[in-house]
Amino acid sequence: MQNNDIIIRTKNVDFYYGTFKALIDVTMDFEKNKVTALIGPSGCGKSTLLRLLNRMNDLIDGTRVEGEVLFEGTNIYNSNVDPVDIRRRIGMVFQKPNPFPKSIFDNITYGPKLNGVRGKTAQEALVQRSLEQSSLWGEVKDILKQSAMMLSGGQQQRLCIARALAMKPDVLLMDEPTSALDPISTAKIEELIAELKKDYTIIIVTHNMQQAARVSDYTGFFYLGELIEFNPTEKLFTRPDEKQTEEYITGRFG
Amino acid sequence: MRWRYFKQHSFFVIVRLAAFSIALAIGAFLVYIVVNGIGAINWEFLTQPPRDSMTKGGIMPAILGTFYLTAGAIIIALPLGVASAIYLSEYAKQGPVIRIIRVGVNCLAGVPSIVFGLFGLGLFVVFLQFGSCVLSGALTLGFLILPTIIGASEEALKAVPQTFREASLGLGVSKWQTILRIVLPNALPGILTGSILGIGRAAGETAPIMFTAAAFFTSKLPKSIFDEVMALPYHVYVLATAGTHIEETRPLQYGTVLVLVALVLGVDLIAIIIRSYVRKKKRW
Repeated sequence: MQNNDIIIRTKNVDFYYGTFKALIDVTMDFEKNKVTALIGPSGCGKSTLLRLLNRMNDLIDGTRVEGEVLFEGTNIYNSNVDPVDIRRRIGMVFQKPNPFPKSIFDNITYGPKLNGVRGKTAQEALVQRSLEQSSLWGEVKDILKQSAMMLSGGQQQRLCIARALAMKPDVLLMDEPTSALDPISTAKIEELIAELKKDYTIIIVTHNMQQAARVSDYTGFFYLGELIEFNPTEKLFTRPDEKQTEEYITGRFG
Repeated sequence: MRWRYFKQHSFFVIVRLAAFSIALAIGAFLVYIVVNGIGAINWEFLTQPPRDSMTKGGIMPAILGTFYLTAGAIIIALPLGVASAIYLSEYAKQGPVIRIIRVGVNCLAGVPSIVFGLFGLGLFVVFLQFGSCVLSGALTLGFLILPTIIGASEEALKAVPQTFREASLGLGVSKWQTILRIVLPNALPGILTGSILGIGRAAGETAPIMFTAAAFFTSKLPKSIFDEVMALPYHVYVLATAGTHIEETRPLQYGTVLVLVALVLGVDLIAIIIRSYVRKKKRW
C-alpha cells in the first residue's frame, strides 16, 4: 500500500459513549478509490467508527474521541477544523433512506444551493449528473418535481446517494445502505458501488458478509470495539489470519 | 365467569358515561348561550358602540379592542416562544440548567391569570409608565400565552424526525441552516396549531387585561398602542357586575358572551382544520 494512496487514517482511536468504551485502539488505513467494508456482529463498533470519520458522532451528547483521525493528513478532530467542512467532503448515506419531504429535484439541490450553486441551468445539470451517477435518472427524469416520498425504498436510497454525490465529496460513507431494501434494490446499489469507486472512496458498514465479499476491496472485522483483522477482502474471506475472523465468517458466532 | 363479564360491562358503562357527560356539559352550555344570546345579535350590536350608559347599542369597540389585544399578544409571544423552543430543543445541552428553565416554563403555565394582570400592572403600566393601554395589555397577554406557544413549538420540533437533521448535517449543512430550512418548515404546522390555541386563550382572558388595558367604557376607538380599549371579556364582567342596570342589560351580556364564545371557538376551529389538513398530507 503506497502511503500517498491513503485518504483517511485512524491512529489509535478510542471512542467513548459516556463511560462506555465503544472503540478500542483502532488504527486503520483507508485507501483512495477503493471500497472498504466494515463487518462484525451488532454492537461491535463498526457504525461508530464510520460515523466518527465525518464527525456525525458529534451530534450525540457525552461522546469523546481519543487518538487521531487523519483526513488527507489533517486531524479532523483538531479544534480549528469545522465539522461542516469535513462533512461536505466526506458524504454519508444512512441505513434507512431519509429523503427530505421535498421534490426529487429539491432534494438534490438542497445542499449545493447552500454552497453557492446558483442558476437554473447549473442546478439542472447537477441534478441530471447526480441522478445518472446513482443510476436513477432513467426512472425519475420525468417526475423531478414530484415528492421524493412517492418513490420506492430502493429508489429513495439511490436518491440519497445522488443527494450525497451532488456535494461532490471525496469519500462516501455508507451505513448498512441496503439493510432496509429488497434483494433487487440491493443488487442495484451494489452495482452502483462498483461503478462509483472509480471516482470516490467508499467505506461501507454491512451486516451482510456476502455483500462485503462482493463489493469491497478491503474488509475490516470488528469485535467488541476492537479491529480484529484488516486485510484485502479476498484474503480475509478465504484465508483469514485470525481464528475469530474465521469463526465469524463461517457463522460459528455473531 | 358471569361476574367477570359484569365487571367488564360496568366498567365500559362508566367510561362511556364519563365521555358523554363531557360532551353533554359542553353541548348544554353552548345551547344555553346561543338561546339566550341570539336575540341580542343584530347589525347594530356588532357595528355600533354602546349608548345610554351601556343599556343599548352595540359592542363594536370591545370586539375591535379584543382583536388588537390578541393580535398584539401573538406578535409578541410567537417569535419569543418559537425562539425559546428552538433553543431548548435544538441547541441547549440537556442538563440541570435546561431542566430548571423547563420547569419554569411549566410553572408559568400554571400561574393564575390575575397574577399576570398584577405583574403587568406593576411592570408595564406603572414601572415602565406605559399606562393602561393596548401595549401593556398585549405584553401581559403575550406572557400569559408564552408557555402554551413554547410547549407547542417544542413538541412540534421534537416531532420532526431525527433522520432529517442527520441527512442535512451529513451533507455539510450547518446546524443553523438545518434548523431554518429543514426543521422549522416541517414543524411549522404544529407550531401554528399551538399558537392559534394560544390566540383563543388570549382573547378570552379577563384578569390580565383588567388593570393593564381594558377601559370600562370608551366610545372612541384607539388611535395608537398607548390608548385604552374596551375588550369583550371585560365588557361582560362590567355589564354583569358594575353597571347600574344589571337586569336591563342581561340580553346584552348574553349577546356579548355569545360573540366571545363564537370568536374563541372559531379560532379553535381554524386550528382543528389546519391540523387535520396537515395530517392528511403528512409528508413523512
